[in-house]
Amino acid sequence: MHTESLGAIFVNALLINNFVLSAFLGICPFLGVSNKLDTASRMGMAVTFVMFVSSVCAFAVNELLVWINAPYLQLISYIVIIASAVQLVEMFIKKFSPALFRALGIFLPLITTNCAILGLALFQTAKGYSFVESLVYAIGAGAGFTLAIVLMAGIREELELTTVPDVIKGTAIVLIIAGILSMTFMGFAGLA
Amino acid sequence: MSKTGPVTLDQSKGMDEFLKGLWNENPVFVQVLGMCPVLAVTNTVTNSLVMGVATSFVLVMSAIIVSATRNFIPKQVRIATYILFIATFVTMADYIIKAVSLSAHRSLGAFISLIVVNCIILGRAEAFSSRNKISDSIMDALGMGIGFTLAILMLGIVRETLGSGTFAGFPIFGSSFEPWVIMVLPGGAFFVLGFLLLAINAFNKRNMSGGT
Repeated sequence: MHTESLGAIFVNALLINNFVLSAFLGICPFLGVSNKLDTASRMGMAVTFVMFVSSVCAFAVNELLVWINAPYLQLISYIVIIASAVQLVEMFIKKFSPALFRALGIFLPLITTNCAILGLALFQTAKGYSFVESLVYAIGAGAGFTLAIVLMAGIREELELTTVPDVIKGTAIVLIIAGILSMTFMGFAGLA
Repeated sequence: MSKTGPVTLDQSKGMDEFLKGLWNENPVFVQVLGMCPVLAVTNTVTNSLVMGVATSFVLVMSAIIVSATRNFIPKQVRIATYILFIATFVTMADYIIKAVSLSAHRSLGAFISLIVVNCIILGRAEAFSSRNKISDSIMDALGMGIGFTLAILMLGIVRETLGSGTFAGFPIFGSSFEPWVIMVLPGGAFFVLGFLLLAINAFNKRNMSGGT
């Protein structure tokens, strides 16, 4: 069994094994929604929120699946949970903050196919985290995703002001920047 | 490309659907879809191959089911239904890989399960299989699957030969070769894919300016 402290789990998910830059989860929104700083940070917050909700639900459902001894249903039930959690979050935000709902727009439903969310649910089960540990892990992972996408958006906004050769424009330069960011994050391995 | 033509040129149409996935509409290099597995599991050639075959399997199977049920599923619940179909086939692929090779299953880890959220599969189900007959859908899915496999094999070959000096586990350089460790680390994945896209951009640009 693992003997990590809650702080270690948080730092691990946030920096050392950052979901985007070391585990390659959630690359699609990372490449797609990172061209403006404010949409990027909103996307990060929405993802963190959905991660939190689906982590709680996934924990409960996993207990149930272990109890009825049906591990083969894990993947199918997780994807249903995440889709419903996204739907729930969407209705919740629409009711309580129409302004935020309009700002998030299309990004909300797209979170369903963000592999970071499903990855989080699968990892917390595979690592055998307790309920509190799962929550801390979810918040750390969400904060890590937000950190990565905000860093990338900041760099891309600066990039607008420079002259970039034609061949490298678009996804190619974003990937190369991501590579440099990822190398930087390797330095955090020393924290472990 | 129009999808509503007469059925006379059936053979060549199926071939077109197959071929477009390989290069013109390659899911990785042109559509830039399904990036997570492309970056995550391409540190060795074997991993890339297993991932490509598993994804192609799920693509083809879900294309068949989606296309076969396209007239029965109400529009409002189609995405949820597709995801359930896909999750079922991914669970099957997961158990098959576990039964065939436990070591491959272990080295791919959660990324087999994550095929569910690979946008290529849902994208093809929504954009193609749900509107076309079964034979065309199979050809389209096969083309996309093989295009995806070739793309991740390219990454896998570059990363493994440079990063560990081996090809599918066999050493190919002499013992004096110093491995480029960065290539098998996460950063290397971003760099290799970035440079491949750059090369393809340059290639397409040169072709275009040569043609006009």
